[in-house]
Amino acid sequence: MPVEVRIPTMLRSHVGGAATVAVEGTTVREIVDNLVTASPTLVGQIVTADGTLHKFVNVYVNDDDIRYLDKLDTKVGESDTVSILPAVAGGS
Amino acid sequence: MLEMSTAVHAQMVTHCWAGLPLEACGLLAGTGDSATACYPTANVAESALVYTVDPKGFLHADRDAEARGLTILGVFHSHTHTAAYPSPTDVAQAPDPDWHYVLVSLADPTPVVRSYRIASGNITEEPVVLVR
Repeated sequence: MPVEVRIPTMLRSHVGGAATVAVEGTTVREIVDNLVTASPTLVGQIVTADGTLHKFVNVYVNDDDIRYLDKLDTKVGESDTVSILPAVAGGS
Repeated sequence: MLEMSTAVHAQMVTHCWAGLPLEACGLLAGTGDSATACYPTANVAESALVYTVDPKGFLHADRDAEARGLTILGVFHSHTHTAAYPSPTDVAQAPDPDWHYVLVSLADPTPVVRSYRIASGNITEEPVVLVR
């Protein structure tokens, strides 16, 4: 069963404007890989070339930040929601 | 142009004052270019010089905005001692070229609120129009 993936506004142009996309996968890495396969212009935007989560991207499985779980190897069940959000920062 | 309700403006400025001596930040939501909701968040950088929107705060804001039929359309943060103008750090880390970037300067007793578009390293100021 596919998992619901919430797409941040700045990446929606890569998925035809959708706010959520149903993607197959049992780990965050699989889901991101399948998402990028379906939308190739997303390559490098969520996971970097070295296979790690982009430092300006946060990924949640339900309410949990994957950096505090198993990172990209975090398991995802069919009733879970994966949320991709940009890191928002700056300074004076 | 960024249209902003007076309630959002008040909530945003109050949150910035309350964050002193550190920078404060939060998200703005609404429809089109009209900000009708303010989501103050924690600054997890806990600094007077830099801010990082609490990722979990963003998650909750995003869900709540969606439930209300709104979209996150920008971010605000305070400059505790400098002008309400995007810093090089602000420009370098601006995540979305379609967002509105609102700066609240607390350098003087009267706060200064200004808004900008930041895209491909270019800064363009836009008027902030307050509406009831």
